[in-house]
Amino acid sequence: MVRALWQHPSVTNLLEVRGLSVHIPVPPHVLRAVDGVSFDLARGETLGLVGESGSGKTMTALALMRLLEPPLSDLPTGEVRLEGQELMRLSEREMSALRGRALSMVFQEPMTSLNPVMSVGKQIAEPLRRHMKLGAAAAQRRAEEMLDLVGIPEPTRVARGYPHQLSGGMRQRAMIAIALACQPALLIADEPSTALDVTVQAQLLELLAGLQRDFGTAVLLITHDLAVVAETAHRVAVMYAGRIIETGPVAAIFANPRHPYTQGLLASIPRIERHRAASLHEIPGMVPSAAERPPGCAFAARCPRVVAHCREVPPALDPAEPGHFVACWRHADG
Amino acid sequence: MPMGENLLSVEGLQVHFPIRSAMLRRQIGTVRAVDGVDLHVARGETLALVGESGCGKTTTGKAILRLVDSTAGAIRLGGEDIAHHDSRGLAPFRRRMQIIFQDPHASLNPRLSVGSILAAPFEIHDIGTRADRPDRVAALLATVGLPAEAAQRYPHEFSGGQRQRIGIARALALDPELIIGDEPVSALDVSIQAQIINLLARLRAERNLSFLFISHNLAVVAHIADRVAVMYLGRVVETAAREELFFDARHPYTQALLSAVPEPVPGGRRQRQVLKGDVPNAAKPPQGCVFHPRCPQAMAICSQVMPTSRAISPTHSVACHLVGA
Amino acid sequence: MIGFIFRRLLQAVPLVIGVSLIAFALMHLAPGGPLAVYTLNPTIQAQDIERIKIILGLDQPLHVQYVKWATGMLTGHWGFSFFGGRPVLDIILERLPATLILMGSALSVAIILGLGIGILGAVKRYSIFDTLATSGALVALSFPTFWFGLMAIFVFAINLRWLPSGGMYEFGEEGNLLSLLRHLVLPTLVLALVITATWSRYTRSAFLEVMNQDFMRTARAKGEPQSARLFRHAFPNAAKPLVALLGVELPFLFSGALVTETIFGWPGMGRLFVDSLNMKEYPILMGLMMFTALFVIFGNLLADIAIAAMDPRVRL
Repeated sequence: MVRALWQHPSVTNLLEVRGLSVHIPVPPHVLRAVDGVSFDLARGETLGLVGESGSGKTMTALALMRLLEPPLSDLPTGEVRLEGQELMRLSEREMSALRGRALSMVFQEPMTSLNPVMSVGKQIAEPLRRHMKLGAAAAQRRAEEMLDLVGIPEPTRVARGYPHQLSGGMRQRAMIAIALACQPALLIADEPSTALDVTVQAQLLELLAGLQRDFGTAVLLITHDLAVVAETAHRVAVMYAGRIIETGPVAAIFANPRHPYTQGLLASIPRIERHRAASLHEIPGMVPSAAERPPGCAFAARCPRVVAHCREVPPALDPAEPGHFVACWRHADG
Repeated sequence: MPMGENLLSVEGLQVHFPIRSAMLRRQIGTVRAVDGVDLHVARGETLALVGESGCGKTTTGKAILRLVDSTAGAIRLGGEDIAHHDSRGLAPFRRRMQIIFQDPHASLNPRLSVGSILAAPFEIHDIGTRADRPDRVAALLATVGLPAEAAQRYPHEFSGGQRQRIGIARALALDPELIIGDEPVSALDVSIQAQIINLLARLRAERNLSFLFISHNLAVVAHIADRVAVMYLGRVVETAAREELFFDARHPYTQALLSAVPEPVPGGRRQRQVLKGDVPNAAKPPQGCVFHPRCPQAMAICSQVMPTSRAISPTHSVACHLVGA
Repeated sequence: MIGFIFRRLLQAVPLVIGVSLIAFALMHLAPGGPLAVYTLNPTIQAQDIERIKIILGLDQPLHVQYVKWATGMLTGHWGFSFFGGRPVLDIILERLPATLILMGSALSVAIILGLGIGILGAVKRYSIFDTLATSGALVALSFPTFWFGLMAIFVFAINLRWLPSGGMYEFGEEGNLLSLLRHLVLPTLVLALVITATWSRYTRSAFLEVMNQDFMRTARAKGEPQSARLFRHAFPNAAKPLVALLGVELPFLFSGALVTETIFGWPGMGRLFVDSLNMKEYPILMGLMMFTALFVIFGNLLADIAIAAMDPRVRL
């Protein structure tokens, strides 16, 4: 039986993930899309989960929410505890009761993530009616309040209207309204602003930060954009080839990256500077495909500091400084 | 950077699309996608054309390449106006300017081998003989850092970054003078993006290429461009040399755009100018300055008179009433 | 919305005129012309044919004949049959109830079954049920209707003697509901077989396409259970192509099923058409063609309006 989760102040961490893995059998290979991911998220905190394509960050989020569709739906293994409640063993019915209420998600594509034939207001009212047991009129009123809260002008008119009448930025705000309607403790945002223009992105990230302050929601922000993470996250976890290879407070990661991949990534970002660099730093080679992960460290083939040991044994997350963990045999030599 | 005479010169370019009614196909409005654009690119220079979705930068690029017909204005390549040339008249010019597309997954024909894709330009323009085509293709592949065996394989066997390299090789096949890149690195991961940007910079230096780099990513533009033109709703609002634009922007839109770009530097949001509202409909642009409804510094005159572009330095011009003549 | 309906109605008018022209032309282009039953009969003499022509107004110029015929159509005077000289409209209308009963039952059964099979197949894709349903549909669509009809009669009427082999009522039992139902079973099932197959395929693919859309994932992320997702989110979106299909099939409600009615001796419009064809009853054929054409146009118009009502994007 699922208890009311979000009133237990004695539990320190809101979210605890231990050894989350998604191994997809595609004979003769096994795709290790997510490979033993562990992290914590405190109440009200923003954790930026950063990685490039193929790093497994989106799959991690879907596995957390138990949103994978058959035949992938039974594949995730590991432990996920939301305020002490184990999520992986719950039935679909029990999990449905939590989705939208204790934890919710915002997706990347605002243009296709809303039902085109249902009014915007009804889509926001839906979780309110289902989880909070509000009546139709009360839910509609609350839906309009949410639209106003996310900064959409003329909320009553928009609530009666349909998604195609809104721009991409507005649709994404509506998505956030849906996700936060029941005031969940955890919001997972999967590249929420990637498909938007930079000025719209700025508006959206401001909005998220403000709502997070007001509602006290913890945010798992998934993105490939290190700059976005720098501006909005408290802590960062860097993913590579299905594993977290470095995690720590955002200031520490940017000022003092320890993993060669993180270092390479930060060095290769173009920046607006008066004096322009001659060329950008390149990380040679490519991410190994999910089917052909080497036995040792996944980054070994591209690493400037690789030694034989790296290719044999995959490194675990090791403390480099308080709160700053690195999965690299040679992080201390850097 | 050798600033030669202007290779590409665009004056008063307009691309208007008619909106037709449902039943009788009467014209009931116009989408002014490009509404009076002036720009020029000198030999060996990289001009970046930046703006957000709907500003008309991609349509401008397509109009220059004559992939889209312009409604007015001149497009001069090496001095000659090609805006009204028919396809026969355009043929010699097509060799001199080429395009790199944004989406590496959609811009290569999945049914053709890489070798066929790269040999096609030679076949179309009747360059070389059938015997030496494989050598030419191999040389192109080497230029972009791909092995010669790639010619036998098909696009789906390559990663996004590799496909973009193939796209670049295709653009270089005819040894053009001008390359137009329509968001060439926007669809790539950060680490691959760096590889491709470096490749483009190297090729540009080796071949003294002129580049029209269309992008919405200001950080990439800061790295690669010599000059930058900022577009909003079909017009150029500011044109400047790189340092002038990024550190002395005068147009309120440019300033807002720059303040919106997140920096990979943690701790505290910078003073950000958040623009209110949405980009207006290109079929119903506002009166006067197209930016005035969202401009934090709008004055009375801005809603009545459209500002013309004024030069405040030899390399810096702004279309704004705040900037006096 | 009103404007939309008005525009579509306007568009329907030239369509109806066009169909009437074609129907008219067909009658006069057929071998022997409209009086083929007489002209191809060697025992009738030339001057008699001339007299018949004048009586029926067939000596007038073609365009005059057309205008007379068309205005007659508009005012409900659909002409008279050759055999028996009865008004065509009356003949058609007296066959209508039988057709409505048969087609109504067949369509209702088929659509409900088809929807159910299709949705189940989409939700449990590649399961045993789905594979059976797919192959079953293929079989149903491959065999001709008359084969199914004859087999049904052979098995159930002749061998097992459970059900009557044809007709609508027992002789003398007209109006008896039980008798009607017993006679309705076989032809309904035979007809429904093919329609169910079509509907299940269309439904399955429409649902599959919708279920893969992003907004379905959003619904699941909001905690909506599967039943709500299927009926409140998927169905309204999947309904569009299905409503279009209904618009195409609705006219069959009125025009009947030619083969099935003939095999089962069902006194409907379909059989009327076949019989008229054999007897070269052109007035009745013309009337039936116009009747069917009107309902096809009307059915599609209704479907278009329904789609516009369901999808807010279409109205703009």
